[in-house]
Amino acid sequence: MAKSAILKSSIAKKVAMALSGLFLISFLSLHFFINFVSVFSENSFNAMSHFMGYNPLIQFVMQPVLVAGVVFHFVMGFVLELKNRNARPVAYVKFDGAANSSWASRNMIISGLVVLAFLGLHMYDFWFHEMVYKYVESNVIDETRYYDELVAKFESPVRTGLYCVAFVLLALHLWHGFTSSLQSVGFDNKIGKSLHKICYAFAIIVPFGFIFIALFHHFNN
Amino acid sequence: MSAAKNINISLQIWRQKNSKEKGKMETYKLNDVSTASSFLEMLDQLNEQLVNERKEPIAFDHDCREGICGMCSLYINGRAHGPDTGITTCQLHMRMFNDGDTIVIEPWRSAAFPVIKDLIVDRTSFDRIQQAGGFVSVNTSGNTIDANATPVPKDDADKAFEAAACIGCGACVATCKNGSAMLFVGAKVSQYALLPQGRVEATARVLNMVRQMDEEGFGNCTNTGACEIECPKGISLENIARMNREYLSASLK
Repeated sequence: MAKSAILKSSIAKKVAMALSGLFLISFLSLHFFINFVSVFSENSFNAMSHFMGYNPLIQFVMQPVLVAGVVFHFVMGFVLELKNRNARPVAYVKFDGAANSSWASRNMIISGLVVLAFLGLHMYDFWFHEMVYKYVESNVIDETRYYDELVAKFESPVRTGLYCVAFVLLALHLWHGFTSSLQSVGFDNKIGKSLHKICYAFAIIVPFGFIFIALFHHFNN
Repeated sequence: MSAAKNINISLQIWRQKNSKEKGKMETYKLNDVSTASSFLEMLDQLNEQLVNERKEPIAFDHDCREGICGMCSLYINGRAHGPDTGITTCQLHMRMFNDGDTIVIEPWRSAAFPVIKDLIVDRTSFDRIQQAGGFVSVNTSGNTIDANATPVPKDDADKAFEAAACIGCGACVATCKNGSAMLFVGAKVSQYALLPQGRVEATARVLNMVRQMDEEGFGNCTNTGACEIECPKGISLENIARMNREYLSASLK
């Protein structure tokens, strides 16, 4: 069987979706760690942010890889959703999905779209601002600006609220997506079941941790 | 168990003359249905009523009526094989329903299972997947080695047997929000992959069966787990994970 045919197969797409998801989870973990530092150490947060913002390996290798990972995950998600919709051209009059599966597992496209919309806002808030600061306005390097910029973003109750809503949807996305990605790459239930508990804990701790960070800066500054 | 009683029900059933014409839901009233009767006996009773009224009876699949053959399908009140788990439709009884209930009955919905008539769908796509690799090639010219002469670890034998319990009814496809057939194919791949007799053709088998599955137009599995819940034989999602592993390792060879 030709390798090109294998790459187009449903299982290859499923595995690619899972691997890109796992990659994004690893990035999310790092992002969460750095943001969490902002709660108890302004200086450490500034140092870490500056390193991430000016290290050439991160800026010119890891950042494009991350953007590619995000784009791939979303595009593949839409491709699979379209294929799945075509697999059932006539819908059921009555479909009781709640009888046998969780809302999170059946609505990954909805939670994914909310997270995508949030990413648009997030990119506008931080990434776009950072690009203009560094490359358009060519400002001088200021290693202490990051904490103040972060706090300023969470002054607005509307923006803080939007962040919180998006993170609840991210929690739902991760609740199914993390365990699902392990199943897709072929983890057997024997190993998988013990890993599932870690996945579920991650799906709660990280998004709600982000919510805590947003609320912390909103109410403390 | 409470004593049997008679109930009156309303039925909304998909009627479709043939594969070419459009179908629609039609409503029927059926009185004096014994709660001790099976769901298929209730449909028999309805068909008798329709014949007496000189109307076309409802076409539905059935054969063994004891949960083995996998012929009876039916999407009942939004669930494959109706409001219970671990059963086929022929094992569903009217005691699961109450007097005055409206029961919605639809055929399996999948691009790969086109409706032939009313509630009967064409499931030969499953046959074609089986033909693509769901077998072991055995020399039957008198030199066949007794299967029991080849030692098989008990755990593997048990898992292979559990996978082989799949009756190919299609409930996994019907209940999956994506119309995916991966539980069926995963079971068929696992059944052989776990046994030494099946390892010989394991690489070609998984590649060919997955290729055929994709060609038939089934959807993609997103691991909702609905198939495992509704499978009348309790086929585990482990089989999908095993198929994924088999496929990945076969792809690299």
